[in-house]
Amino acid sequence: MAKERCAVIGVGQTKYQSTRGDVSIAGLVREAALRALADAALEWDDIDAIVIGKAPDFFEGVMMPEIVLGEALGGVGKPVLRVHTAGSVGGSTAIVASTLVESGIHARVLALGFEKQSESNAMWALSLPQAFQTSINAGAGGYFAPIIRRYMAMSAAPELVGCLVAFKDRQHALANPYAHLHQPDLTFDQVVESPMLWDPIRYSETCPSSDGACAVVLASEAAAAVAPNPVAWIDATAMRSEANNFGGRNMVNPAASSMCVADLYAKAGITEPRREIDVVEMYVPFSWYEPMWLESLGFAEKGEGWRLVEDGTTRLGGALPVNTSGGVLSSNPIGASGMVRFAEAALQVRGMAGEHQVDGATRALGHAYGGGAQYFAMWIVSAAA
Amino acid sequence: MIDVAVVAYAARQQPVFDENEIEMMAPVIEDVRVATGLGPDDLDFTCSGSSDFLAGAAFSFVMTVDATRPVPPIVESHVEMDGAWALYEAWVKLQLGEAKTALIYGYGKSSPGSLRDVLATQLDPYAAGPLKADAFGIAGLQARYMLDAGDVTEARMAEIAARSMASAESNPLSIRKGTRRVEELLAEPYLHDPLRAHDVPARADGGAAVILATREVAERVCERPAWVRGIDHRMDIHHLGARDPRRAPSAAIAAQALAVTADKIDVAELDAPFTHQEALLATELGLDSEATTINPSGGSLCGHVMMGAGLTRIGEAAARIHRGEADRAVAHATSGPWLQQNLVAVMEG
Repeated sequence: MAKERCAVIGVGQTKYQSTRGDVSIAGLVREAALRALADAALEWDDIDAIVIGKAPDFFEGVMMPEIVLGEALGGVGKPVLRVHTAGSVGGSTAIVASTLVESGIHARVLALGFEKQSESNAMWALSLPQAFQTSINAGAGGYFAPIIRRYMAMSAAPELVGCLVAFKDRQHALANPYAHLHQPDLTFDQVVESPMLWDPIRYSETCPSSDGACAVVLASEAAAAVAPNPVAWIDATAMRSEANNFGGRNMVNPAASSMCVADLYAKAGITEPRREIDVVEMYVPFSWYEPMWLESLGFAEKGEGWRLVEDGTTRLGGALPVNTSGGVLSSNPIGASGMVRFAEAALQVRGMAGEHQVDGATRALGHAYGGGAQYFAMWIVSAAA
Repeated sequence: MIDVAVVAYAARQQPVFDENEIEMMAPVIEDVRVATGLGPDDLDFTCSGSSDFLAGAAFSFVMTVDATRPVPPIVESHVEMDGAWALYEAWVKLQLGEAKTALIYGYGKSSPGSLRDVLATQLDPYAAGPLKADAFGIAGLQARYMLDAGDVTEARMAEIAARSMASAESNPLSIRKGTRRVEELLAEPYLHDPLRAHDVPARADGGAAVILATREVAERVCERPAWVRGIDHRMDIHHLGARDPRRAPSAAIAAQALAVTADKIDVAELDAPFTHQEALLATELGLDSEATTINPSGGSLCGHVMMGAGLTRIGEAAARIHRGEADRAVAHATSGPWLQQNLVAVMEG
């Protein structure tokens, strides 16, 4: 049986913000789903199956909330799956949904990622004491700071590269109406002078905590043929996971990342990523991860990723724009953040990214990672069938 | 459709494991690998099911994946659902033709907390959640509706319990087993009126692992593979006030989609944690109790691993086919209050 082709025919997002106190969790996910359906000109009844992704249930305090949310997404009587692969979950959710179409099982699948962080407290949720383990109680930043310091030492990157990334993404966010942080008056000096949280990560180099949801409608070739708006074809997807407790891990450039990238490019027939990919939406919750992932993704030689930041290559208007939506640094509804990357990549090749559109983008990479940089999910989408 | 079979199943369950989840699951995963001779490098895809709320930790499965020895890294995914849905995701993946084998595991270590109270956090957080109705209380309401409507009697519930405990005698994993007479069970006091101790699940820590393989591998590693003829899963509305507690329409839709009753079913492993739920499910699936042996393992009633019970049912049904004790089997998994979400799989020898 030949694999069916699968396309993104609809994208829906909510405005990301600290607290969406005006809606329930169900109301939040429904808002994104309705926008995705409108984009695809579909009704609830047209959807065959639903895949919901989100990060830890402690972030809202509801165990397996898909059970509650299925109804709000038109899921009664339908198959509903719930994916959780840590921070990469938004990407994994879209990939699992794509397999439902590619296998020929379903024609139209709704994939949705969300987080309503204001319902609980993420710092608490991430700091629960664990049996058999020493708690470092340092949050995600405390975990990643030593890894970033290691990258800085290995690459001899100038100290302010992270600030350049943060400033760039916050400027990009101004062109994205859905972005959480809109800081038109922010200056580069203010980024540099912001308090040091986890050396070398400054406050302004971290992501915000956001409420929000993102949905995509995935469709078979036949279903995509009648979509009213341009579609994004999924050329390739890849996922990899690596061990948590393994002393041989390369934390700066994890083996799971390298393997995921190699698999992705092989499936998509990409040999020269810099030339063949027009725009990248990558998961950068802490600024320094942009140069680190640029290297892991093959856009720069090892130790050279920071040069693409410094010379403006990754700016909107540069040769390889990265996170023109403002990225995770400007909006972080955790369980949706990976899907936002995947969805923004799709919007770019559909020519529907609005003010942050990269002119003539035909091929885009969506990237997400999670855990202690152990979980990876990626896809390549293109405008051409 | 690409032919896919369950080629191996293993499980562990006991009231309490004084081990972490990695230690608890590593032997189970090792068992299915040894049974098939498929090592980590031979398994193309891995998918697991578990709940952070049981582990009391965010991203808990990120630790447990170490039980698979993922060095080098693996193609892997995870559902925050019973392992039966992880098996569904893996089955879909094998349908793409890109993978030939998949390791699936589902597990839960619920002993550190009170599972029936933890499950109250599954309720919608605005209307029902604050009432903190626990899992036994909610199941008891359903039993009460069914009793009042004449769908079951307390004697019928006790019969189901007695039969399950008798069957559980031959299952080394059973938590509850023994020869009990119906009159004896009915003389016991109520635990949660109308539920008695024998009507509620015997909670356990543990988990199950299964290996799925396409024909080329399955016929090599398994003498009598359990061919998965179909899997379907559906969801019902969550809100208890909007439900008919005597029905699980999603189970019926899934069974009809698979034409479960089109041929004789030798064995049905139903994920019915409560006695009255077995009666309800048998009706929704259209099972003929004369022709079909229900829960020969003792079922979820006699050993219930939260997040692993459904995958265990699939494994137990497949194992009957492996051993030549059944030719056609149905396995079922459930999630949510009042059997809200249901998965049905049909397997043949």
